[in-house]
Amino acid sequence: MSAVGPTSAKGAAPPHPAAPRPPSPDGRRTGGADGYNFAYLDEQTKRMIRRAILKAIAIPGYQVPFASREMPMPYGWGTGGVQITASILGPDDILKVIDQGSDDTTNAVSIRRFFEKTAGIATTTRTREATIIQTRHRIPEEPLADDQVLVYQVPTPEPLRFLEPRETETRKMHALEEYGLMHVKLYEDIARHGHIATTYDYPVKVDGRYLTAPSPTPKFDNPKMHMSPALQLFGAGREKRIYAIAPFTRVVSLDFEDHPFEVNRFERPCALCGADNVYLDEVVLDNSGGRMFVCSDTDFCQERRAAGHAGEMLARAPSFVAGQR
Amino acid sequence: MSETAIAPGFADPGRDSQAVFRAAMMAMARPGTICKLPVALDAPAPLAPGTAALALALCDFETPIWLDPALATEADVAGFLKFHTGAPIVVHPNEAAFALVAGANEMPALHRFAPGSLEFPDRSTTLFVQVETLRKDGGWRLSGPGIAGRAHLSAAPLPPTFLDELKANHAVFPRGVDIYFVAGHRIAALPRAILIDS
Ligand SMILES: [Zn+2]
Repeated sequence: MSAVGPTSAKGAAPPHPAAPRPPSPDGRRTGGADGYNFAYLDEQTKRMIRRAILKAIAIPGYQVPFASREMPMPYGWGTGGVQITASILGPDDILKVIDQGSDDTTNAVSIRRFFEKTAGIATTTRTREATIIQTRHRIPEEPLADDQVLVYQVPTPEPLRFLEPRETETRKMHALEEYGLMHVKLYEDIARHGHIATTYDYPVKVDGRYLTAPSPTPKFDNPKMHMSPALQLFGAGREKRIYAIAPFTRVVSLDFEDHPFEVNRFERPCALCGADNVYLDEVVLDNSGGRMFVCSDTDFCQERRAAGHAGEMLARAPSFVAGQR
Repeated sequence: MSETAIAPGFADPGRDSQAVFRAAMMAMARPGTICKLPVALDAPAPLAPGTAALALALCDFETPIWLDPALATEADVAGFLKFHTGAPIVVHPNEAAFALVAGANEMPALHRFAPGSLEFPDRSTTLFVQVETLRKDGGWRLSGPGIAGRAHLSAAPLPPTFLDELKANHAVFPRGVDIYFVAGHRIAALPRAILIDS
């Protein structure tokens, strides 16, 4: 089918602002007046990604193919998540970016700077203040609100890929809801280890239909996906897939009656803020084996300390762990 | 009417497209919720301002548009959409990425639009159905992804068989069409994943 070409009607066009970029394939001008596109991507690309996002929300857990674009950062740096954020972002948004649970890692800082520069938007480290949170690995400890959007950077969107390398086959398996292989894999884990060994990217079923990869969050965070009031969007740049979990959607981690799904529990509270039931990172303090366990979610930890909570090592912790006091 | 100037589109295409998309995204994520589109367009009748805004935000040369007879008979409508989006206009509903309906009373049954395939359920039609009344009470009882518990939505006028068509559309999940109802510049979404009873 031949698509209608660039619009070329004369005399009737509304005045366009001067645009330094050449028109996109559909003939629209895409440049902003100041020389680059808002949030880097051109308007045609954003429209394509936006359409994919709407389909992803309508079919929760289904991986929508999209024409992923080159971004000015290497794959593995969250190009899928960045393209989603760039496509949904507006001038009034407040963006938070985390890698593991931290706002301060190189990856998080560079993505935050990228959007400050290309979109001129406000950023924050506070979970509560953010309208959009882009993440790799973690879901914030603080419960999300229903006007927030969580954008995941996903390296491996296909939960069946390590069992079946052929895309045509995994697509068929999703189509027919044939997920027996995954159950077999998990059951082999049980036979070998006495429990399901998978601790990251633990597969979930979304709204009772699609097998979906939380990739690469720890299974500790899986329960936070279930009936979350926030919209969850997942972008895989290299694999060219977008998928979504609408708010208030059932998300069930795969398990067996005799081996129910269990999250990893930590035996101790955070050494800095004393929080229980949070995901902890081990921090090595010195060469003689000194170590401590602290919140992976740095914003959560800092807010608790600001509110007066103290863990057993708060007073003694070096500043590279505890930050400036 | 072909000599008439084409009505203007978005004043600030980048910004307005984002604002309209964001409202459409939140509507799709929360079926039954009525969202106001933040951009008013002076669209050629009988194209509603909300339908025009959705089309300009989401359609382009990659997305064939189907117009229902009420819209297809007004040459200005196709002219407006072609000029501002570059989208091809198609004759058959099942070729459409987007279907625009102004005469909802007489619209084709939902199964005549593209439902996608089991492998690619995203290759389906999204409908913009213009209605006169759109309210978040009475009418259908909705449950499913995006809804905490239950929601209600009523839209009118629609064909008498519409509820059965919605149920049949949900029954073929993950295939099926997704619908935006449009009243003026207010919209509400009804994606295929939603269970409807009443
Ligand atoms: Zn802590």
